[in-house]
Amino acid sequence: MTTTAFRGQLEGRPRPAEAAVRLLFRVAAAATVVITIGIVLALVIPSIGFFAEVPIVEFLFGTRWAPRFADASFGVLPLVTATLWTTLIALLFAVPLGLGAAVLLSEYAHWRVRKVLKPVLEVLAGIPTVVYGYFAVQFIQATVLKDWLQLQTGSFSVLAAGFVMGVMIIPTIASISEDALSAVPNALRQGSAALGANRMQTTLRVIFPAAISGIVAAVILGVSRAVGETMIVALAAGQQARLVAGPLEAGQTMTAFIAQAALGDSVVGSLEYDTLFAVGLLLFIITLAVNFVSISIVRRVRKAY
Amino acid sequence: MVIHTAVRTGASLPDRPYGQLECEHVDVYYGSFRAVTDVSLPFGIHEVTALIGPSGCGKSTLLRSLNRMNDLIDGARVDGRVTFMGEDIYGKRVDAIEVRRRIGMVFQKPNPFPKSIYDNIAYGPRVNGMRVDDMGDLVEEALTKAALWDEVKDKLKQSALGLSGGQQQRLCIARTIAVKPDVILMDEPCSALDPIATAKIEDLMHELRDEYTIVIVTHNMQQAARVADRTAFFTAQVDETSGDRTGVLVEFGKTAQIFENPQDQRTEDYISGRFG
Amino acid sequence: MATYGIGRVVERTLEGRARGGEHSLRPLLFLGALWFCLFFALLFLVVLVATTLLDGAARLDLRLFTEFPASAPERAGARPAILGSLWVILATAIMAIPLGIAAAVHLEEFSNQKNWFNRFIEVNIQNLAAIPSIVYGMLTLSALALLGIANKNMVWVGALALAMLILPVIIIATREALRAVPLEIRQGSLALGATPLQTTLRNTLPAAIPGIATGTILALSRALGEAAPLLLLGGLVYLTFDPNGFASGYTTMPIQIFNWTGRPQDGFHELAAATSILLLVLLVAMNAVAIVIRNKFQKRW
Repeated sequence: MTTTAFRGQLEGRPRPAEAAVRLLFRVAAAATVVITIGIVLALVIPSIGFFAEVPIVEFLFGTRWAPRFADASFGVLPLVTATLWTTLIALLFAVPLGLGAAVLLSEYAHWRVRKVLKPVLEVLAGIPTVVYGYFAVQFIQATVLKDWLQLQTGSFSVLAAGFVMGVMIIPTIASISEDALSAVPNALRQGSAALGANRMQTTLRVIFPAAISGIVAAVILGVSRAVGETMIVALAAGQQARLVAGPLEAGQTMTAFIAQAALGDSVVGSLEYDTLFAVGLLLFIITLAVNFVSISIVRRVRKAY
Repeated sequence: MVIHTAVRTGASLPDRPYGQLECEHVDVYYGSFRAVTDVSLPFGIHEVTALIGPSGCGKSTLLRSLNRMNDLIDGARVDGRVTFMGEDIYGKRVDAIEVRRRIGMVFQKPNPFPKSIYDNIAYGPRVNGMRVDDMGDLVEEALTKAALWDEVKDKLKQSALGLSGGQQQRLCIARTIAVKPDVILMDEPCSALDPIATAKIEDLMHELRDEYTIVIVTHNMQQAARVADRTAFFTAQVDETSGDRTGVLVEFGKTAQIFENPQDQRTEDYISGRFG
Repeated sequence: MATYGIGRVVERTLEGRARGGEHSLRPLLFLGALWFCLFFALLFLVVLVATTLLDGAARLDLRLFTEFPASAPERAGARPAILGSLWVILATAIMAIPLGIAAAVHLEEFSNQKNWFNRFIEVNIQNLAAIPSIVYGMLTLSALALLGIANKNMVWVGALALAMLILPVIIIATREALRAVPLEIRQGSLALGATPLQTTLRNTLPAAIPGIATGTILALSRALGEAAPLLLLGGLVYLTFDPNGFASGYTTMPIQIFNWTGRPQDGFHELAAATSILLLVLLVAMNAVAIVIRNKFQKRW
């Protein structure tokens, strides 16, 4: 065995196939960035055309939305108020119910109970939104609000849409809040119990404050889902764009407008077509801002313990 | 303390080992932390060399630098030379994958792949593109050498995860043998096993010595005494200003000499149980 | 008897009926309210399924599978929508699964986390996962306009939007599945002289398949129930033929439900409900498969 004979035996062979496949993987990961860039360009470029014709102040603060009429008007506030109403109503239901479920699962339920109940919430999250929409308009609006409660409302209302949307986002809020609650160290629970606090006091005064940023993040994520939801509001909130003054009124949200406007065949590059993207851009900016807040809060929570 | 019964009589061992694998002034760093410093050590061909010493003395770190498994850790760096058959394995044109083909490794915890027993053995030859006339023969040969064939020959297609811990570890040895390496590194291979399984692995090491150069890290001094031809004793040196613990080689020699006639006080303290 | 009195007080306190004890009024009301929250969600689910079932029971028959949409509800069915959904999901799977797995493998196995671009990709994926689905429809719409493709009503076009929509979900699920494979498995493979790519393709990835399958099925079930982006892509059409390929015209079950729900006649509402039930059954089946896979292969290490 001479070392000279061995020289070079450990040298690597080039592996072009290996390098090529790994490049493919890298390209696939980069594709996600391409999608983001695509979304931004897809929304911004038509919006530039739109804002060349419609002053941005009129768009943001105008109170009449009638892009298809002869005397067209592009005040987006009616769409925004409808989105606000449905989102607020959704949160009104989803936040207490979602948090209550989270506290029960995290602080009270036996693991066996949790194992049975969590899938129920998961099923709720898996129902197609169009089915929620059907239920909102056919049962909640037509049967519950009109027939049973005899409320003064038409075929559509932001209340029916918002309520059903609220149930839709319960799983989102419940599961993220539960993670936040479970992440609170047991030492805090034991410390509180050792001072004679009961479980309610421990939960409300110790665990909740400790988990508050995670809970806020959960609520914010719920907001983002409610703002972006399309099918429920398109079916149950109505399609007339007007300022919404009360929960029993109908109103067209931003997403519902986009869905409705896209059904018509508008010519690419026309003002009608561009309108769609201006509203889309506004929607995108709102959800993006909300997401960033949520992500940064979640990241802070992870560092906490 | 009767510890030298199984040790090969010193007479059949050359005084200086013929180092098939050799460390020359090796330092291993993790980032700016120096885990091992200035180790020069030959690992004799077809000998079993044991690395012993208290926890945190850098034995495992050194072992992992011998087949470039340290490359996988961010910030790990080796200074000095590690040579295999005279070639620096950290040389510029050297490929870590080629190094690992020739210098195999068995880990502390048995880590069979979640595949059948057969596929666990055939995996290495397949990924290495070895020309194999009959994979079945090769699998049988490897399992036989690892003293596992009789126990598993009827269930080659079953998942390796169903084997006992000791069997899993012997499977991992068989898997390593199947790629026909020259050196086998073993990182505390018995620490997760019961005494009976441990005895089987130790017996196996005696068999394997005829064909392979073996380096074993162990916490268990009796084990080193039973299986190793030569033993290297490491300890941790504590830097008084920074408090960092750095592994240093204290003494290296034939196992009988290390255990019966240690030259360094620290070795003697450790062997006789006064320290560590 | 003073001692007796004190004993009684202590006893009562330990029983927790005293103010502030575990079984005093307010904590019990609190616990009741918590149970109500969960019970409410359960009740909602039951009512939703029950009313939809009641509405649609009359039309849950073969006609749903054999008939095409028609102007008279009694002659109408969801045949093209059912077939369309299957084609769209197939195309979505073909586009999203390889891309998602490849991206996840890069991020989990090969990317250097210290690299700013890789960190940017991670934040970006989190953001993509929270973008409203309708925005993916707008992106696809713009892309088609850019390419000068006038006919939007093609299976692959709708599938493209859905594939982009579920891509982040698949990536996140695949990464989790890969992360669950112990490091020792990778080390064992590398110590045998396997290259990093061989280690991934022959060892890590196969070991992660159950987790990837579960996540992917759930992602596809989301795509199956999604309608918003397809509304923008000409999915709402009156189809009188069977969708039969990736370039074929299509409509899907959720869109058919949307369409029928918006009609004034009750007959169409029954059809919408019947189609909803069919969709729910499909989704439950997919979820059940995912759960079975998850439970069967859980905790092998």
